Amino acid sequence: MLSINHFLFLGAILFCIGLYGALSKRNAVAILMGIELMFNGVNITLVSFSRFLSPATTIGQIFAIFIITVAAAEAAVGLAIVLAIYRSRRTISVENIDLMKW
Amino acid sequence: MESISYLWLIPLFPLLSFIIIVFLTRGLPKLSSIVCILSIFASFLVSVWALWSLIAALTGAHPSPEAMHHELTITWFTTGGVTVPLGLILDPLTAMMLFVVTTVSLLVQIYSTGYMAGDPGYSRYFAFMSLFTMSMLGLVLANNFVQLYITWELVGLCSYLLIGFWFQKPEAASAAKKAFVTTRLGDLGFLIGILILYFNTGSFVFADIEAGIKAGAIGGGVLTLAAVFVFCGAIGKSAQFPLHVWLPDAMEGPTPVSALIHAATMVAAGVYMVARAVNIFSAAPDSLVVVAYVGGFTAILAATMGIVMTDIKKVMAYSTISQLGYMMMALGVGAWGAGVFHLFTHAFFKALLFLGSGSVIHSVNNQDMRNMGGLGKHMKITMTTMLIASLALAGFPGFSGFWSKDEILAGAFNKDMLLFSVGLLGAFITAFYIFRAMFLTFFGEYRGQTAVAMADGGHHDSHRSDSHGSHGPHESPLAMTIPLMLLAIPALLAGFLGSPFTNNVFGTFISGGEHHAEEINYTVMAISSAVGVAGIFLAWLIYGVKAISADAIREAVSPIHALVVNKYYLDDLYLWIINAIVLGLSRAWLWFDLNIVDGVVNGIATLVGAFGGGLRRVETGRVPNYGLAIFVGTIVIAGWLVLSGSTP
Repeated sequence: MLSINHFLFLGAILFCIGLYGALSKRNAVAILMGIELMFNGVNITLVSFSRFLSPATTIGQIFAIFIITVAAAEAAVGLAIVLAIYRSRRTISVENIDLMKW
Repeated sequence: MESISYLWLIPLFPLLSFIIIVFLTRGLPKLSSIVCILSIFASFLVSVWALWSLIAALTGAHPSPEAMHHELTITWFTTGGVTVPLGLILDPLTAMMLFVVTTVSLLVQIYSTGYMAGDPGYSRYFAFMSLFTMSMLGLVLANNFVQLYITWELVGLCSYLLIGFWFQKPEAASAAKKAFVTTRLGDLGFLIGILILYFNTGSFVFADIEAGIKAGAIGGGVLTLAAVFVFCGAIGKSAQFPLHVWLPDAMEGPTPVSALIHAATMVAAGVYMVARAVNIFSAAPDSLVVVAYVGGFTAILAATMGIVMTDIKKVMAYSTISQLGYMMMALGVGAWGAGVFHLFTHAFFKALLFLGSGSVIHSVNNQDMRNMGGLGKHMKITMTTMLIASLALAGFPGFSGFWSKDEILAGAFNKDMLLFSVGLLGAFITAFYIFRAMFLTFFGEYRGQTAVAMADGGHHDSHRSDSHGSHGPHESPLAMTIPLMLLAIPALLAGFLGSPFTNNVFGTFISGGEHHAEEINYTVMAISSAVGVAGIFLAWLIYGVKAISADAIREAVSPIHALVVNKYYLDDLYLWIINAIVLGLSRAWLWFDLNIVDGVVNGIATLVGAFGGGLRRVETGRVPNYGLAIFVGTIVIAGWLVLSGSTP
């Protein structure tokens, strides 16, 4: 009934939405949210591969748990950076954070 | 055949003198002059020894041509198939030249201690003089073209350094430059000639080249061409037409320099070279015609210019050019012994004339003969010795120049009547101009000022803000008059070596014992004597008793006079040529360099800058842009990998 393709599509859609958000949002926090979405998409893809191709070994699921952990740490660090930027620049719009511009 | 390697000592002594003066005695002027004089005296002794050994071989128990000619060659280095030799030669020609160079050099250095006294560059002067003497001695000892060329350039360098001795004076500096560049032009031809000879005969050594010519390795047009090119070097160095223009300007140097370098030795190097290479020239008879006619033309051209000069040193300079022309003419018509003999006698009387002029200049602080006159009363020694030299130059019977010039004219008489007439006319003019100079300088009334301030009578060697200009003309110190007296002896007597009274012992010696006393051509002797006396008489009429007015003559031929006084506008012509061609080309190249070469280089830089300017817009500084770039790049790489089938 439900084949791997359904889950892969879901993962891909989630990834693309997250990518779109990470690339086009002005708000730094929104970009971080998009990145989180990308993580989720990847997780679903991993788990579905593991479930459908080799269900005995649960490699994909274990990998997904690692990713969740790292994502959490990365979100913490990312938000800390956003906070620091806000404190010095009073803005978190990435359009205005372009000191490295030519 | 005993070794002649001791001859290295002859140029070695002056070289040591140069090194010592430069490194050790720079601040001790008197010591510098002593070192220089001692070194040249040592070379003189060795030269006399060498000369004596040849004379002994000639007059000894077993005279043979081989005993009169010694050579020693070593290989200096070999590169790319070319062997560069170093060598020594000892034959009558070299021995005579060694004697002349060391003698005149010694006397000039002694004279210089008086003339250059008080000059701040005293040590430098003697250093350069030592270097010059070394180079000149090395030149006459060379047995191959490489060594000859090296020492040739070295004497040219010393000439440059000594002409421009008072280099703060712009005229002296530019005269030195002019001398160097003009002789360099001749040397270019010289080098080409040497190379042509080398590539055809495979050697630089004179003996090998002559053997190659005998064996037919080179002949006809190529040999003539090579000989003429080699002669170009002599044209430059011996101030023949058209490269004679540097010698009158070279009078900017101190007078002893003019005496040594531009009268007796360096300018004679060209004549020596032609004499040394005479077998090469003889094998290409057309080249000898060139030599003879260039010499003859120069002789008459320079003599005419000597008539109108007001600066006493310039008269001597043109006289030198003219006499060198006579020597070349002699070599060209085949009177080899005569040409060399004239070189010998000329060295002495011309050096004497120059040193005497220096004595006069030293005395009245002026070089313009219009400001002189009546100096004979105050400067008896100078006047007497200079008169002896003038009589020698004019070819007055009995004096040294008479015998040598007579031999030349006899040789021309037998070969080419045109050259003979040119030579005869030149002899008349020579006698005239030199006695014009003598009458203007030593006789009549003194026309100059006795005060220190001098009228603007031409340029003078400004070698001192003089302390003794406040008294009038006076005789020069002993250091200067003794060399004058010593030089007067050969000016008077040296000619007898080539006269029938000694059976032309000079000629016999110089040709290695083969020469036989030739019959005297009494016609030529009578004509040349008459012509010389006539010249002296005419000068006496115009400048001695003023029976004919010089001004009237000048008025009558004023266009010709203007032409001659301006040196036939040759200097202006050369200046125009240089300006139009050399400087014109250099201006063209300058434009090319500034606009095109620099344009290309700057253009590339500008181009790169423009690229950079455009490319930097990629760096927006905004992270999402960078993220997009990463994403797109990943897609591209992944797509490429998939499409190229690298992934399973």
